[in-house]
Amino acid sequence: MTGEELRHPYEKFLRKDRIPHIWCEGCGNGIILNCFARALDELNIDLDKVAVVSGIGCIGRISGYTNTDSFHTTHGRAIAFATGVKLANPELTVAVISGDGDLFAIGGNHFIHAARRNLDIKVICANNFIYGMTGGQGGPTTPLNTWTTTTPYGSIEQAFNLVHLATACGAVYVARWTTLQTRWLTESIKKSLQKEGFSFVEVISECPEIFGRYNKMATALKMMKWFKEASDVQHFSDPAKAEITPSRIVIGEFIDIEKPSYGRLLREMKARIGDKKASR
Amino acid sequence: MTITSSVAPEKLKVVRTGRRFMSGDIASAEGALAAGCRFFAGYPITPATEIAEHMSRRLPEIDGVYIQMEDEIASIAAVIGASYAGVKSMTATSGPGFSLMQENIGLAVMTETPCVIVNVMRGGPSTGQPTMPGQQDVMQARWGSHGDYEIIALAPSSVQEMFDLTVEAFNLAEAYRVPTFVLADEIVGHMWERVDIPEPETLKIVNRKMPENPPTIKFAPFEPDDDLVPPMAVFGQGYHFHATGLTHDERGYPRTDSAEAQTKLVQRLCNKIRKNKDKIIRVQQIMLEDADVAVVAYGIAARAALSAVKKARTAGIKAGLLRLLTLWPFPEEHVGQVAKNVKAIVVPEMNCGQILREVERAAKETPVTFLSKLGEEPHKPQEILEAMRGTLT
Repeated sequence: MTGEELRHPYEKFLRKDRIPHIWCEGCGNGIILNCFARALDELNIDLDKVAVVSGIGCIGRISGYTNTDSFHTTHGRAIAFATGVKLANPELTVAVISGDGDLFAIGGNHFIHAARRNLDIKVICANNFIYGMTGGQGGPTTPLNTWTTTTPYGSIEQAFNLVHLATACGAVYVARWTTLQTRWLTESIKKSLQKEGFSFVEVISECPEIFGRYNKMATALKMMKWFKEASDVQHFSDPAKAEITPSRIVIGEFIDIEKPSYGRLLREMKARIGDKKASR
Repeated sequence: MTITSSVAPEKLKVVRTGRRFMSGDIASAEGALAAGCRFFAGYPITPATEIAEHMSRRLPEIDGVYIQMEDEIASIAAVIGASYAGVKSMTATSGPGFSLMQENIGLAVMTETPCVIVNVMRGGPSTGQPTMPGQQDVMQARWGSHGDYEIIALAPSSVQEMFDLTVEAFNLAEAYRVPTFVLADEIVGHMWERVDIPEPETLKIVNRKMPENPPTIKFAPFEPDDDLVPPMAVFGQGYHFHATGLTHDERGYPRTDSAEAQTKLVQRLCNKIRKNKDKIIRVQQIMLEDADVAVVAYGIAARAALSAVKKARTAGIKAGLLRLLTLWPFPEEHVGQVAKNVKAIVVPEMNCGQILREVERAAKETPVTFLSKLGEEPHKPQEILEAMRGTLT
C-alpha cells in the first residue's frame, strides 16, 4: 500500500466536496447512506442512470451527498417530483430517500397514490419517530406515550404502522429494518432497486440527540441497544400486526409480489394505440 | 421486455395543422404539443379540464405522457420532475388549483425549471363561480409564492391566441428557465373559434440551452451565461448535479448562511427577467397615434375594448387600445408612453382592480378610470364606450 492513497471503498458514491455532512454524532442517516451506496456498488448500477430525490428534513439532505443526479424538493413532494422524473425518462432508477414526517404527514397523499399506481420508484424512509430538523416535534410515527418537544405529557396520538400502510396501498415490495441490521438492510435496498414497481423500505433510524434524549436513550449506543432488544425478525408476517411498541419492533420482509408497474402499462397502452392507428 | 409500436413515430401526426375549429382549451393543448410538450400532469378542475382531457388522448399517440395526479400540488411537482428529466412539461388548472401550486411554483423559480402552467381563470375567491369567467388571479400569478422572484405571464384574448401564446409560453419558459403562465379565462377557454395552425417548420420553437462541455467534475449547473440564464443539464446525462429549493451556489449546493449567496441568487433570479424584459414583453397598439383616450386591457376584456374603440372612432372620439399580451413582466414603459399622449385611460377588468394598480403606477399624472366586472358576463363595448366618453367630458 505504500505510496498509494487510502480510499474509502464507497468514495465514488459520495460528493466529496459536500463532506462533512450536517448530521449529528450518532445519527442513523449515515448508516442509511452507507447501505444505499453499498447496494448500488454490489449491483454495479450505472450511476449516470440513478436519480436520488429527497424532501425536507435531516435525511432530506442525503440527495446532496450522493454522487448522482439529485434533487432536494419542497417538504413532502419528493414522490410527486420523482413521478415526473421516472415517467419522463424511464431509463432512470429513481430512489426517493426521505423521512417519516416528510413522506407520511405532509406528503402522505403522494405516497399512497404512487403506491396505488405501482409507479416504478424506490422509497426508502428513515423513520426516527420525530421531526428532527425542526428540533424534535411529534409526528405521524411518534409511538403512543413517548416524549417529544410537542408531546411534553407523552404522545396521545396513535402512530402509523408504515409497512401496513404501504402494503394496503399496493406496494410490491415492503421491508422494515433498523439501522442495526445493516447487511439485511442493504439486501433489501438491493432487492427494491431491482424490483419492478413501487417498493418501500422502512428504516428505523436512531436520533439519540433528540428522540433518544427525550426518551431515556441519549446515546446512539443506548438506542442501538433498544433496537437489538426489541427487534423481532418475522419474514412475511402480517404487516397489520407489525405496530412498533417499546418492547417489539417487527422487522424483515413483509411483501414481495409481482404486479405490472404503471410504466409497463403505459408502454403497453402506447403500443396498442400505435397498432390501432396503423390498422386504420 | 421491450414493447414497441408497429408504427414508426414519425408516421403519427404529431401536430395538427391547417385551419381548424376548436375551443380555447383544446387550442392551448395543441399549442403545447406544437411547442414540443410531451408531459402533462394535472388534476380535473373547471374550466380547465378540457385541456387535461385533450392531453390524455393526444399525448400517448405521440409517445408523450399524460398522468392525472392526486392533486395540484403533485401535478406541479411532477411537471418540475419531468422538466428536470429533459421533457417539456405543463399543467393546466384554475383558481383553487393554482393556489395549491404556489409553493412548488416557488420551487420551479428557485431551481430555474422551464415549465408552463395554464390557468383558465374563473370567479373567486375560494370555490367561487367555477363555470364563470374571471381575471382575478393576475396578482396571484405575480406574487402567489413566497419570497422575491419574477415570472412571465401571458394573456390570450382569443382561441387563436390560446394556441399562439401557449407556444410562446413554452419558448419563454425554455429561454429563461422560468415557470411561465398562460392566464386565460373561462370565456376564452370554452369559446370555439377558428384557429390557423402553422406547419411545424414555420413555427418558432425555442429549446433550453444545454451545457457545452461533456460531464466533468467541475460542472456548475447554476453558473449563468451573460443573459443571466444558466445552461440546463438534465438527469441521466452523466453530470451528477444537484438542485435544491434551498438558497444555493453555482454548483447547486446549499448556502443557507451566506448573505452574499442569497443576494447573488435572488437578484439574478429577478434580473434575468427584468433585464430581458424588452425581449419578453409583447403588446398590441391599436389606433393610439392620435388618441385622446386609451383603453388598457387584456384577455377577454380586450375584445370588448377593441369593439368600443371602433365605436368611439365612428362617434368622433379619438380612442385607442393598448392590449397587453404580456402581463408579467408588466409593460410599464408602454403604458407610461401611452399615458403621456392621452388625456385619460380606461381599464376594464373582470376583477376588483388588479392590473389597474400597475396601470395607475405607470400612468403617473394621467387619470385612470376603472371598470370592474364580476360574474357571468364580460364587459359590453357600450359600457367601455360610455366610460371613455365620461373621461373626456
